[in-house]
Amino acid sequence: MSGRKRTLEAFSFELVMTVIAIIALIIIIAPSLVVLIVSFTSGFSLRFPPPGYSLRWYAELWNAWQLHFAAKNSLIVALWATGLSVVLGVAAALAISRSPTLSARLLDSLFMSPLVLPALAFGLAALMLFSLVGLPVSPLTLVIGHTVVCVPYVVRNTIAALAQLEPTLLESSAVLGASRLYTFRRIVLPLIRPGIIAGAFIAFMSSFDNVPVSLFLRDAATDMLPIRMWQDLEGKLDVTIAALSGVLIIATVALVAVMERITGLSRRLTN
Amino acid sequence: MGAAPASRDVTSYGMGLAVPLALFFLVFFVAPLLQLLWLSLHNDTAALHWGLGQYLHFLTDPFSLSVLGSTLLLGAEVTAVCLVLGFPIAWLYQRVGPRLQTIIILIVLLPLLTSVVVRTFAWIVILGRQGIINATLQSLGIINTPLKLLYTQFGVVIALAQVQMPLMTLPLITALSRIDSNLDDASCSLGAGSWRTFFKIVLPLSLPGVIAGCTLTYAAAITAFITQSLIGGGQMLFMPMYLYQQASTLQNWPFASAISIIFLLAVLAVVSVFTTLGRMSRGYGGA
Repeated sequence: MSGRKRTLEAFSFELVMTVIAIIALIIIIAPSLVVLIVSFTSGFSLRFPPPGYSLRWYAELWNAWQLHFAAKNSLIVALWATGLSVVLGVAAALAISRSPTLSARLLDSLFMSPLVLPALAFGLAALMLFSLVGLPVSPLTLVIGHTVVCVPYVVRNTIAALAQLEPTLLESSAVLGASRLYTFRRIVLPLIRPGIIAGAFIAFMSSFDNVPVSLFLRDAATDMLPIRMWQDLEGKLDVTIAALSGVLIIATVALVAVMERITGLSRRLTN
Repeated sequence: MGAAPASRDVTSYGMGLAVPLALFFLVFFVAPLLQLLWLSLHNDTAALHWGLGQYLHFLTDPFSLSVLGSTLLLGAEVTAVCLVLGFPIAWLYQRVGPRLQTIIILIVLLPLLTSVVVRTFAWIVILGRQGIINATLQSLGIINTPLKLLYTQFGVVIALAQVQMPLMTLPLITALSRIDSNLDDASCSLGAGSWRTFFKIVLPLSLPGVIAGCTLTYAAAITAFITQSLIGGGQMLFMPMYLYQQASTLQNWPFASAISIIFLLAVLAVVSVFTTLGRMSRGYGGA
């Protein structure tokens, strides 16, 4: 009798949890699928389901030179910001990862703080600094601003990779007479490389998608893709943006798949 | 003797390697924020007169206070929705095989890496007058005139919840995977039902993950400029847009600076409350 009650009770719990989980997963994935489907519409509106299917808006995208220009700027800035983040971030991660000192803990908090502080406030602050020292907004100011908000991802992922490293490996390498540099190049770097790549990937994606910092540090000559899209959407609902969204979604899925292969991205983000 | 190099730990590197990034942050992160603080303490745009005028203006202006209040409330609502929807995902993740686990993670991860403008745009398509929800409800004959879903608090909360869901779910998955599954079985075999086991064992032990997830979700939700402005529209004003309008459209930098500082302090206050709770919960969970 009580056993029967127990199974019913367990069943109700599992049913509720599973149903909510599935609904939540649908809510997460549905918007991307909807945009993907709408982007193939043959009509002029964002009606769902579309009246018919065609590639016309993708063809339209081919001629949208303003979007091309903004996409090129975003790509260049993201590549530079990622490169700078990797160089500065990996070095800093090596320094602070195994150090128990107070200064290392403080630096760690400092390097992580752009993740929680409102980036818009930082964007405004950076603009004021650059205008104070007489540096006009340019790709350079954008790269600097983006690096500040992207470097935490590199630092965090590199520190996580270093934490998994067996100290005995390095000790045996040293005992066998390898110099620190040689040990770093031949032992440490290959082992933490997937972590660095994962961090660089997330840094790249967040730079490419950055709005709050770009908002203050760009001008018409350095238009950035997310801002161009945002302004297009503020004005009118353009189906070209749906096609561009389709391209971005497919590119993201492809990149994530590649990164999953190379770095085991999914395990990295849940450890 | 080789004692000197051996005394240096081969597994750690000198703090010197952190100097370039530390300098970079000092010049391009700390200095700008200090300048922001400095400017906010001036009463005029030329920054000639020191004073707390900007802060007094904000704190005595009902409109500014209501913007701050609705922003903080928005963050709480989004965080609550993310927690209720995200926890079952993390729970399900623990129950399925490795293949499904990877699929769940990738589904959760995808929005995190998809452009936020694209994600927000998707919600415009879903919530719009001719959007999926209205079209479905109308074709089923449930409603005659389209519901207003865009430009409402409901729309902003649901869109932001989807956009920020990964930030909640990933720490929860980590936290749940650290719980000893024997505790679950022990609780059940001692006669506690599944619901009771969940609320008395699983939930308390996962509190560090809950708090980490809430901190990230809350901070991200209240600063999500794009989603707030596109789904909320012109009638709903939150702190990021308020800041942007004052700084960019009105060129009132000292007031915009004061808004930034107040906003920063609000975020820091919330984060430190969560961190304190996290520290307490770790003591509880570890006991």
